[in-house]
Amino acid sequence: MSVRHRALVTAAALALALSACGGDDDATTDVESDAEFAAGTTMAKLADKGSITIGTKFDQPLFGLRGPSGEPEGFDVEIGKIIAAKLGIEPDKIKWVETVSANREPFIQDGKVDIVVATYTINDERKAIVDFAGPYFVAGQTILVKEDNTDINGPDDLAGKTVCSVEGSTPAANIEENYPDVELELTDAYSNCLEPLRNDQVDAITTDNVILAGFVEQNEGEFKLAGETFTEEPYGIGLKKGDTKFRNFINDVLEESYEDGSWADAWEATAGVVLDTPEPPAVDRY
Amino acid sequence: MDALLDNLPLLRDGFLTTLRLTLVSAAVALALGTLLGACRVSPVPTLRGFGTVYVELVRNTPLTLVFFFFVFVAPQIDIKLPFETSAYVALSLYTAAFVCEAVRSGVNSVGVGQAEAARAIGLTFTQTMSQVVLPQALRSVVPPLINIFIALTKNTSVAVGFFVTELMAVGVRLANRYPADIITMLLGIAVCYLAITIPAGILAGRLERRVAFAR
Amino acid sequence: MSIVLFDEPGPQARRRTLIWSVVAGVALLALLGLAGLRLAQNGIFDAERWDIFTEDTETWEALLRRGLLATLRAAGLAAVISLVAGGLLAVARMSERRWLRLVAAVWIELFRGLPVVLMMFFAALALDFSIFRAVVFGLVLYNTAVNAEILRAGLTSLPGGQREAALAVGLTPGQALRIILLPQAVRRMLPSLVSQIVVLLKDTSLGYIVGYVELLRINRELRDFFGSKYIFSLFIVTAAMYIGVNFTLSRLAVYLERHGTTKAAGGVAPAQIIQDYSHTP
Repeated sequence: MSVRHRALVTAAALALALSACGGDDDATTDVESDAEFAAGTTMAKLADKGSITIGTKFDQPLFGLRGPSGEPEGFDVEIGKIIAAKLGIEPDKIKWVETVSANREPFIQDGKVDIVVATYTINDERKAIVDFAGPYFVAGQTILVKEDNTDINGPDDLAGKTVCSVEGSTPAANIEENYPDVELELTDAYSNCLEPLRNDQVDAITTDNVILAGFVEQNEGEFKLAGETFTEEPYGIGLKKGDTKFRNFINDVLEESYEDGSWADAWEATAGVVLDTPEPPAVDRY
Repeated sequence: MDALLDNLPLLRDGFLTTLRLTLVSAAVALALGTLLGACRVSPVPTLRGFGTVYVELVRNTPLTLVFFFFVFVAPQIDIKLPFETSAYVALSLYTAAFVCEAVRSGVNSVGVGQAEAARAIGLTFTQTMSQVVLPQALRSVVPPLINIFIALTKNTSVAVGFFVTELMAVGVRLANRYPADIITMLLGIAVCYLAITIPAGILAGRLERRVAFAR
Repeated sequence: MSIVLFDEPGPQARRRTLIWSVVAGVALLALLGLAGLRLAQNGIFDAERWDIFTEDTETWEALLRRGLLATLRAAGLAAVISLVAGGLLAVARMSERRWLRLVAAVWIELFRGLPVVLMMFFAALALDFSIFRAVVFGLVLYNTAVNAEILRAGLTSLPGGQREAALAVGLTPGQALRIILLPQAVRRMLPSLVSQIVVLLKDTSLGYIVGYVELLRINRELRDFFGSKYIFSLFIVTAAMYIGVNFTLSRLAVYLERHGTTKAAGGVAPAQIIQDYSHTP
């Protein structure tokens, strides 16, 4: 399993390295050398500081996973690097902070991070507290079960079963509100749910399909996705509420990355090793 | 404040879980710890060794590590327990080591003459322990035991990181749900814990003074 | 006392003890053997489950540098602060002024009665401290109260003559405390204070629950990264590190107890782990 996973990561690293050697402009490693911004904006502050603090997940394969090197890897990480690059900040000047689901809003509000790129679903409740740029990806909630499980094929089959999810996440809130006879076991990170599932202490894990796909891949042959996605989870980039200029800037950066191929490159280098490359969603400038 | 009152059922369930964790683990730890204490003072060197190794190992291991073992590592060696059971096991095994030491120092505090007299009238080791020494040791053992009990109550809060919805877990959940009322929420939780630990502490202090006089 | 519980063993008793010893020994070895066999059957001892430790130093670096060092950093800072603050609190607890004594007593009872995790969460969620500061905050609040009680016991155990002599040469009660009594109390209670540091070190692992990146957290991260195959080996190494460091400190406490300083009147007090003022574990 680990050998396979390491092959995955090595492939990702190789793909990135090769794309850099490709010679042509590769937005993921191409840092704006003379980024200039209007005085007083967040962009100007960050560009002057020369560093940015980005909150991401550390325990999710394909999107944000931190290894012994101390640096996280994944699609969210690559998006973060793209944004930093447009601010003139080198990838190694980015300070990565773990934002588990429950901490994403508090950390933005307290200024502990500048932005959050952490499989962060945009919804109206959160919009009351933080602002969102994007979406830069659309996932969907689904269910993970053991390979040999036949009785769970969708959210309605979960009645009376025990399901593991994460405190403060939209999937957990969804189950609580709409499927009340499901017993929910909550923890602070999805990876904690794997052992309990393996040992039948819980019957299923529920969260976004891409997160679960990462776990399926990491644990060959042990788990599978049950049924189709039953919600839409648009991933956005969280930032401080009211910072419209910064939000517009990030939206511009995202749209640029759709055009010049750096979004697709980022995907193919990380999650794309396992999943098909989707079409990037239109950003929502609300 | 309203948020606290609205969630009273949740708080009550959390409090009951904490109480359950404390009482069950205390009972098991008491039994196990007394046995271990007997091991440590027994004439059989192997049992003494086992007792010493157990206590030294547990005293130098963080409780969080013990919890982590039973929830995430033990399944690898085919020990699969439901979440709450893991909590009971972790807390009991951990606390038993400290009960053992309390019992041991209690035994050591019983006057030497008692054991000598027991031997003089022909009692075996087991009889001496069970009929003469332990009943008397109980008196001086009770205050430290109450303190261990207080520590156990506080230690149940470690279960929050390991899938058990006890008082601390309820507190964190409410704090996340009502970010405006965090201080009230956590203060409410604090009061619940203090409701157990402070009276117990006062009791321990009183008992200690009475035992000291009786010596 | 333990030696008094049973007679000097005669030939029959010696034989009996030997039999029991052997029986118990065999039973324990059998249990261990069974466990070991089971582990081997599950493949725990296979080389491939330990290759992240043998192949390169990355795993070790992660565990030691980002894990153990972070644990020690939080513990060290908390230990120093809580020692100093504990001394101050102990002085307040023994003060001549009643209100000060009362406030100190209430403070001590309060923070000995609350779980350390609760105080860490409070600092992180309600006071918006950084995770590191929240961990140190929780540790300091609890250990200050405990150290204050340890030092208070130390102060009361000093021979009364010390205080009388100090007052006789013209020192105020406060000065007597600070210059004469407290230093002796510290030296006297050194084994207990060191034992309390062991407890503090163990409590830094509570940082795992609030999200502090310390040894146990790194353990989990490595598990998430490398996969479930390594759960057992990672755990063994992590446990060995924790137990190793704590055991060394415990031995230090015992050493201090045996070769205690002569600079404190009445010698050094034994480092019982279960004292009324520590609420232990």
